[in-house]
Amino acid sequence: MITLAHFLTLGAVLFCIAVAGIFINRKNVITLLMAIELMLLAVNTNFVAFSRFLGDPSGQVFVFFILTVAAAESAIGLAILVVLFRNRATINVTEIDSMKG
Amino acid sequence: MSFQLICFYAFAAITVGAALAVISVRSPVHAALCLVLTFFSTACTWLLADAEFLAIALVLVYVGAVMVLFLFVVMMLDLDLDPLREGFVRALPVGIVVAAVMLVEMLGLIGVRSMQLPAPPDPAAAAGMSNTSWLANALFSQFLLPFEVAALILTVAIVAAIPLTLRRRTGTRTQNPGRQVMVQARDRVRIVKMAAEKPAPAADKTGETTP
Repeated sequence: MITLAHFLTLGAVLFCIAVAGIFINRKNVITLLMAIELMLLAVNTNFVAFSRFLGDPSGQVFVFFILTVAAAESAIGLAILVVLFRNRATINVTEIDSMKG
Repeated sequence: MSFQLICFYAFAAITVGAALAVISVRSPVHAALCLVLTFFSTACTWLLADAEFLAIALVLVYVGAVMVLFLFVVMMLDLDLDPLREGFVRALPVGIVVAAVMLVEMLGLIGVRSMQLPAPPDPAAAAGMSNTSWLANALFSQFLLPFEVAALILTVAIVAAIPLTLRRRTGTRTQNPGRQVMVQARDRVRIVKMAAEKPAPAADKTGETTP
């Protein structure tokens, strides 16, 4: 029998893998974007599980909106990445320091 | 152990393995392909949670659109991977420690063990409809305004992404439809007033000599 704990554990493991990915791939913007997608996936898994086990459709509606916003976010992010690569010929995070922040 | 639980463990194992591959493989193309596998097997676990519509939507939207976009961009950029990989081994222990601590906190402190409640009967089936109509009933009644706002967000994203990547090359010949529409007839054709016939040449006097 699948319990709520199974889904929550899967979501937690995915989220922690994504956090580790952000730590160990600090220079590569593409892998950072992929790690963010993994985080959103982990959160969505939690939403789906709670929606199923509480019998409330709001959780699944929220996943729907998260998918929408994540698609928009990755489209804009990749567009910025393409422009960045065209102007600077690199996607290394440590070399993107022209704003001297 | 029921068949569903065995399936869940299999899909969860594939998901976690593919997610580990996403953050650890060298080539971004392989990472994107592993991310596709992660999304797909997560969609399978969502199917086990009776969220059929969202599982199919995840496959269509993410595997079909977003990951193809990722692959497109990754293959278009000519990346030099060596400087991007430096510091990988140095940051590895920190990443693993942070992730492990977070995992222990989430599983232990928040209390996953106390949430081992068995699944109630499927709420959509209990209401006598499919998962899609169960979701649509909530989406188009209670959440109609956020739905419209989501459509607006997608439109804004399209409108923002196109000018970001639009590039005007110098030296190419293009049409300007605005100027084509605004053109007036007098810019193209000039009507000149002139007599319909040429006046006869003034050589009459010399013509008298001929018989």
